Amino acid sequence: MRTPVFFLVSLAVGLALFFIARQYGNDYIFFAGYTVLQFIVLATAWNILGGYCGYVNFGSAAFFAMGAYTTVALTKFPNFANRYLPESIAWLAQGITYMPIPVFMLLGGLIAGLVGLGTGYLTLRLRGVFFAIATLALAVVLQTLIVNWDYVGGSRGAYVIRPATVPLIGNYVEYLFLLMMVLSVIALTVARGIERSQLGYGFATIRDDELAAEASGVPTLRLKLVATTLSGAFMGMAGAPFPYYIGFLEPSSAFGLAYAVNSIAMPMIGGTTSWVGPLLGAVLLGSLQQYATVTISSAVSLLVVGLLLVGFVIIAPNGIVGLFQKFVRHKEEPEIPLHDPAEETP
Amino acid sequence: MTAPLLRIENLGKRFGGFIALDGINLDVAPGERLGLIGPNGSGKSTLVNCLCGTLTNETGSVHFEGRPMNGLLAHQRTHLGMARSFQLPRPFHTLTVAQNIRVPLLYTVKTRPDVTLTEEGLDERCHEMLRLVSLEHKARKMPRDLTQVEMRKLELARAMAAEPKLLIADEAMAGLSSSEVKDIVALLIRMNERGVTIILIEHIMAAVMSFSQRLVVLVSGKKIGDGDPNEVIRDPEVERAYLGQ
Amino acid sequence: MDFPVELLINALIAGILLGGFYAAVTVGVSISFGILDIVNIAHPAFIILGSYIAYIASSRLGLDPILVSILALPAFYYLGAAIYQVYYVSFEKRGQEALRGLAFFFGLLFVTEVVLILVFGVDYRYVSAPYIDETIRIGMFDLPLRMLIPFIISMLLLGGLQLYLTRTYTGRAIMAVAQDQFALQLMAADPIRIKRIAFGISIATASIAGALLIVIQPVEPSVGREYIGRVFAICVLGGLGSLPGTVIGALLLGIMESLTSTFYGPSWAPAVAFGFLLLTLAFRPAGIMGR
Repeated sequence: MRTPVFFLVSLAVGLALFFIARQYGNDYIFFAGYTVLQFIVLATAWNILGGYCGYVNFGSAAFFAMGAYTTVALTKFPNFANRYLPESIAWLAQGITYMPIPVFMLLGGLIAGLVGLGTGYLTLRLRGVFFAIATLALAVVLQTLIVNWDYVGGSRGAYVIRPATVPLIGNYVEYLFLLMMVLSVIALTVARGIERSQLGYGFATIRDDELAAEASGVPTLRLKLVATTLSGAFMGMAGAPFPYYIGFLEPSSAFGLAYAVNSIAMPMIGGTTSWVGPLLGAVLLGSLQQYATVTISSAVSLLVVGLLLVGFVIIAPNGIVGLFQKFVRHKEEPEIPLHDPAEETP
Repeated sequence: MTAPLLRIENLGKRFGGFIALDGINLDVAPGERLGLIGPNGSGKSTLVNCLCGTLTNETGSVHFEGRPMNGLLAHQRTHLGMARSFQLPRPFHTLTVAQNIRVPLLYTVKTRPDVTLTEEGLDERCHEMLRLVSLEHKARKMPRDLTQVEMRKLELARAMAAEPKLLIADEAMAGLSSSEVKDIVALLIRMNERGVTIILIEHIMAAVMSFSQRLVVLVSGKKIGDGDPNEVIRDPEVERAYLGQ
Repeated sequence: MDFPVELLINALIAGILLGGFYAAVTVGVSISFGILDIVNIAHPAFIILGSYIAYIASSRLGLDPILVSILALPAFYYLGAAIYQVYYVSFEKRGQEALRGLAFFFGLLFVTEVVLILVFGVDYRYVSAPYIDETIRIGMFDLPLRMLIPFIISMLLLGGLQLYLTRTYTGRAIMAVAQDQFALQLMAADPIRIKRIAFGISIATASIAGALLIVIQPVEPSVGREYIGRVFAICVLGGLGSLPGTVIGALLLGIMESLTSTFYGPSWAPAVAFGFLLLTLAFRPAGIMGR
């Protein structure tokens, strides 16, 4: 399937789900669905760097929080301007109040992407392990900065007022759901597009052997920067609508370890070699957690995620997709795991 | 005399207190088949790594086709026409044999301004490389399914796929049987006949002697012999330092 | 106003004491990551586990927390050996340690934390011991025993381990694992067994570090996370795999944090430590003591 066709088909599937949910569901479906969609984006974004390039990012929560706090910072601005800036400029600042969420998402993505680029510059000359450790450190540094930044609420947190309705769509939660759905479709399309392009080859060679990749002419450093930027940007975009979703944002929720764990666990459990893995992992684990949170407790649901992660990396190193491929391979001839672009041009 | 393809001047490299390369001077002419020998730790691999940009040399310079290489990254040197194979084969283990060959085609050959590669062109070149090393029947296999000698061939084919002017083959034959060694030597000579200059770093003397038109000996980071292979190995200094220990 | 010399010196003393404790927290990772090349990011979670064991034994049985941690050493050792066995069979043997090994330890970290939350809740727990509220005053300088005793225990632990690694046969074999597998074979030692022992020891240190932690401060399950970056910062700062380097790195970090929280406020302390880690990684990856 060509990339634009894939995009349109997935979009159609997403919209169909949306309308079905609207027809038969209640608000809870959209609340829960939003979380699952958000995890699809996070898992896919993590996998662009982790699965394709083999660089483990433990700081997903930080990139997510960058997006969320970009939104908070922008929504606080008109208030700030009224109080501290001369009237002529403050008037301009009011315009920001009316910025729609998609603009926040773009800006959040931009900021998080820049943070990703910066992290890449600082650490990517090092072994992969150090990159992983650096992302842990990065998360703490950024969280400390936010905690100490009073303008966005500091450690106390910040309220973001959510309008009850939006034109055309009506219910605000449905609007957020729709936005996140479109973002997931975009993220999946991009991930799938990468797999089938020259970039996908380059990423795979980085994952396998960077020295050999350089010797074959792959500009590994540049490609790694592309991956960290892209991955960070998607995480930031996933985080940007979050303050509107939750209504009250505090550092400990935006930087929650649950985001970091889920963005690793979902691709690992689903399978890291293709876009299907993170999607599968996010839908399964996301729904499971929603269910367990409601029926038992959120701590238990996180425990389940942790145990599944440990279990899968030990028993099924290639995730559900890998298990499936193994099963198919038993029946048929051995198949090549990575898609062969010779079959089609994107 | 024609201008050298590769000119190495006063190349020096140290690791802490250990001097790995001590002022190496070497010219390599276009089309040459050069053998490079030396005992373990003599600096052969360091020389290769400095030439290819994996390590940075502290002193001296490398010129390739008259162009200074200092400061260029490994992939940039590959783009300019310098390719290498690794001592221990380093295939991309999640890619198939054919996909391994495809990497330098996509990332090196395709980036050259005078080349336009269509999807068919890519496939064709990929198969041509596999034919050259007789691995066509393994195109869709994974590297882990290859034998030792096939792995070496893949390593060479991947380097050759970058369509280099200079190929540096770092111990392409270690651990192979004598018939397999002959096979690889013949392959390297075939590659040379296509116009590629080759530097062969090798321990197996029979292979070096049958391959090389010129032999260079490295001992303790210094060049102690350079010239006709049969004369060089009879040089008393070389014998003392290397062969007669 | 004069520069507060007294404040500065007290901050320095507090930093040195804190750094000494950090050495005990880090030494396990110095062994696992620095020597064995196993990126055990779950180590801080085991330290918290140690804290809770000390907490239970001292609150229920009235035992001294540090004594408890010494009694618990064998249990931690075997836990570590068992984890290494799983790690070896599942990752090292298959050559997949890079990506999946990291995810494995991350999962362990997370599971340990969540289990502790489920069992003990998120309230802070603390222990009581006669020395916790005592302070020695020398002139105008404070030496709280709450910090001084962990400092001393930690230095004893590191000194003992250093002697073990340099003076005993097994210890030397452990150091050899890092540098030269071949030399190890000449010593007729099974590298897997040696690594298992070393990893067991590295986890065992978490028991003592955990007890020291809960003596110093109240503990709740997520406290461990703050230590992930800290231990790796120290490891990298001190140069990988050297215990003297670990002590130096730990003291440096302790002093930096103490100065920062004294002069800028405690909420900035973590950023300084982690920022320093980021910068070290970026510009001096071999550590300031590095080769």
